[in-house]
Amino acid sequence: MAKRHVTTTVNGEPREFLCEVDQTLLDALRDELGLTGSKEGCGSGDCGACSVMLDGRLVCSCLALAVEAEGREVETIEGMADGDRLHPLQRTFLEEAALQCGICTPGFLVAAKALLDRDPDPSETEIRYWLAGNLCRCTGYDKIVRAVQKAAVEMRAEA
Amino acid sequence: MSDSASGFKWVGTRPVRPDGLDKVTGRANFGADFTMPGMLVGRILRSPHAHARVAGIDASAALAVPGVKAVVTAEDFPEIPDGDLMVGEGPMNFRDLSCNVMARGKVLYDGHPVAAVAATSRAAAEEALDRIRVDYEVLPHVVDVLEAMEPGAPLLHENLFTEGVDPKPDRPSNVASRVEFSLGDVEAGFAEADVVVEGEYTTEAVHQGYIEPHAAVASVGEDGHCTVWCSSQGQFMVRAYCAKLLGVENSRIRVIPSEIGGGFGGKTTIYVEPVALALSRKAGRPVKIVMDRDEVFRATGPTSSTHVKVRIGATKDGRITAGDTELRYQAGAFSGSPVQLGCMTAFAPYHLDHVRAVGYDVVVNRPKCAAYRAPGAPMAAFGVESALDELAGKLGMDPLELRLANAAREGTKAAYGPRFRQIGYVETVEAALAHEHYRAALGPNQGRGVASGFWFNIGGQSSAAVHVNEDGTAVVVDPNPDIGGSRASMAIMAAEVLGIDYDRVRPIVPDTSSIPYSDMTGGSRVTFAVGMAVVEAAKQVVEELRSRAAKVWDVDVDGVVWENGEARPASSNVGEFEPLSLAALAEGSAKTGGPISGQATINARGAGPGFGTHVCDVEVDPDTGRVTVLRYTAVQDVGRAIHPSYVEGQLQGGAAQGIGWALNEEYVYSEAGTLENPGFLDYRVPVASDLPMIDTVLVEVPNPRHPYGVRGVGEVPIIPPLAAVANAIRHACGTRMNHLPASPPRLLAALDAAKLPEAAD
Amino acid sequence: MARVVLPNELARELAGGQKELEVEAENFRQLLKALDRRFPGMGDRLRDGVAVAIDGEIFQEPFLESIGEDSEVFFLPQIEAG
Ligand code: FES
Ligand code: FES
Repeated sequence: MAKRHVTTTVNGEPREFLCEVDQTLLDALRDELGLTGSKEGCGSGDCGACSVMLDGRLVCSCLALAVEAEGREVETIEGMADGDRLHPLQRTFLEEAALQCGICTPGFLVAAKALLDRDPDPSETEIRYWLAGNLCRCTGYDKIVRAVQKAAVEMRAEA
Repeated sequence: MSDSASGFKWVGTRPVRPDGLDKVTGRANFGADFTMPGMLVGRILRSPHAHARVAGIDASAALAVPGVKAVVTAEDFPEIPDGDLMVGEGPMNFRDLSCNVMARGKVLYDGHPVAAVAATSRAAAEEALDRIRVDYEVLPHVVDVLEAMEPGAPLLHENLFTEGVDPKPDRPSNVASRVEFSLGDVEAGFAEADVVVEGEYTTEAVHQGYIEPHAAVASVGEDGHCTVWCSSQGQFMVRAYCAKLLGVENSRIRVIPSEIGGGFGGKTTIYVEPVALALSRKAGRPVKIVMDRDEVFRATGPTSSTHVKVRIGATKDGRITAGDTELRYQAGAFSGSPVQLGCMTAFAPYHLDHVRAVGYDVVVNRPKCAAYRAPGAPMAAFGVESALDELAGKLGMDPLELRLANAAREGTKAAYGPRFRQIGYVETVEAALAHEHYRAALGPNQGRGVASGFWFNIGGQSSAAVHVNEDGTAVVVDPNPDIGGSRASMAIMAAEVLGIDYDRVRPIVPDTSSIPYSDMTGGSRVTFAVGMAVVEAAKQVVEELRSRAAKVWDVDVDGVVWENGEARPASSNVGEFEPLSLAALAEGSAKTGGPISGQATINARGAGPGFGTHVCDVEVDPDTGRVTVLRYTAVQDVGRAIHPSYVEGQLQGGAAQGIGWALNEEYVYSEAGTLENPGFLDYRVPVASDLPMIDTVLVEVPNPRHPYGVRGVGEVPIIPPLAAVANAIRHACGTRMNHLPASPPRLLAALDAAKLPEAAD
Repeated sequence: MARVVLPNELARELAGGQKELEVEAENFRQLLKALDRRFPGMGDRLRDGVAVAIDGEIFQEPFLESIGEDSEVFFLPQIEAG
């Protein structure tokens, strides 16, 4: 089958790629654009390791088709830091040791940023439910939740 | 937070890990992230049957698919004779390993590989898999450990005769071995008892559940030299195992470790690596294989499902007089369940004069089990620690006081034989007793449970190097994949010895050609054993720095001391010299003898055993059977925490895995013996909203055999939760869950069964 | 003389059921030789794949570890890594 040509915006930059019609957005990001920060933990929407923003909505990129990116804006973990300035969440994840192996980290960061962008002051319960679509097998979530709480406090203080 | 009381500058602090930045920006390369030019996609064909004879494989139609470059089956691997070989860390049956990686003659479980394809695209590879014709003669199967032990059970291996029984059996069975550990005379012990509790406990198979599926890229050159990039718990293990399976010399294979996205024991063996190598060898191009999640569940490392019988006797005042247990562990399709370790750990936290543990290692038609955190211990502890809770109830004693009264201490003969040296079990129970959590009020339908756990911890062969850079920084070459922040611990220890800032030390994880052999990342050994090698290598650097300063000052080396990262005259008698910093000595090293570096290779001895005690509060919803964990505290003797955050993280992560094992996770098999839940939707690991914060208490009883007192910490925390949760459920609703997981349907059924007599009244 | 405790199976197979014995040895290698003299074949069976605890300290690959006058020596299976 002929490949499709997709024109899209990734982390604020115009990008083009060729993909199969049934190729997932995750595979296109990783294999066509070399953006391997988004991870595949399951391929079925259950682990959140592939979380990206598509037109401002948090999605599992393993469940989106690459062709759906046509004309839309994709944000991935690679675009989260502002140049060499880490996003507060990236910093608090490091300070709070919210990662052990780190495979889940990109997905958690993208999802947590989506939460704080819409709710700057979530409760612990809200954080836990928002992040319930992201699996971490290493940390037991304690330090992840604390890192999100700490980033929220810092971001409110800066705002 | 500098630990000034301890006199250390870096040990005990919480700096940002050196590899952290790459991991929060998506730059870190994990197993699936590596690519090579001309790389092919490898896919594996797996058995849809639980048990079948493979009468033939016809791959001709697959090879005709455009883009397909190679197909391999068991024919492409040398046939290895049966029997254990010593490679790397211990005995390994390479015939079994080979037959597990690619089935030979028979498939033994749903998901067992039968063939593999390399093609220019995934689509072509998938199409080729569809066209491989495998002629299966389906055989009766067995997946339950007790059924597999029955005399008439379907037989997996015609040549498997139970070891460890007298006389030797003349017929094969599914029982690979019987093991026994005993001290004293259990029946005499029970004769002394005023109270005896007895129970049978069952656990289901669970998976390590690392989020990163197995992945490897292999490239075999025309000259036979091979390179493998992969995610594992040990690049040297991958090298040695692949070499055996492919019939090549170790040195022909170079293994480059990627970052590892979780392992928990499940990546202490190989699956896709030798297959990628065999495909690459045949196709003449690099081949990448990445497992899908369902392949991970169907064909890699779950742990055993188990059946454990426990009997404990005690006097009225709470002294345990005897402990007796019988453990039946399912090993999957090939022998080697961790039942021995279950036997050895079951009663290890306690001082018992009369104790016996008998274990059976049983094969069934399930994937070959792999190590999972404290292999074998959680299931044994589930039985013993549940029974102790019953005993405390019968005696009217506080369950922690009961444990304290019988606790193993220095000099106690462990239930598996030897005497303990310095251990901190008592301290963990005392800390749990003193914790505010233990006295907090509980509401209706809420209950509190406690349980303890023990793990040996190991040392082992380890290497490390410390190189001083020209700019006065240092590189630590740490040969063990960093699975949970170990680079930070290595940098801390090196900085402490060298007396320079943590930020000036950069650890790297090298390939198999860049540093001598090191055992795997596992068994809670890395910070202890590899840490010792790092300390040793850093000390060599300090010696060298002293001798360089002695040359600069033209004094005897004994006249030079190393303090705070500087060479200083040992006394004013030596002379008046300005201190020489590491940076200054590095800069001038050309004149004093060239680059400065140290390398250590050791076989680390003296790993200190670890003990933990957990307290868990739950609420049971009597209408749905749902259990909510309200509060959780994990107390553990950690020796000394080098980087306390990552030590706490081990306790929290292990506790969460144990809670999952207790409440939700289980392998579910169909009548046909196929796995019904090979995905995270139906195999439910705990998510953030399932758990509370997990409090940790780090008890520090330093291990005198480590320069900084380290004990391994990673294994212990998964041992107590099974019983801690089950005991909490018992106290919340009066029902003892002898069968885990206590998932809502199973608990609801138990609650209903408990209600029946009432209804009859 | 060191007090040595054999694995159950080996005691049954090669030592006529005797599990505990006294052996004169200064290190692990000497101990294996002494056991082998007493129970032919036992040395080979204990050389590889077993761990040993000498006075409570576990050695995964024992070889020349020293054994004291009244040491306690236990043979154990090797501990698997998790
Ligand atoms: S890979 Fe997309 S949710 Fe798991
Ligand atoms: S840090 Fe390993 S899965 Fe989250």
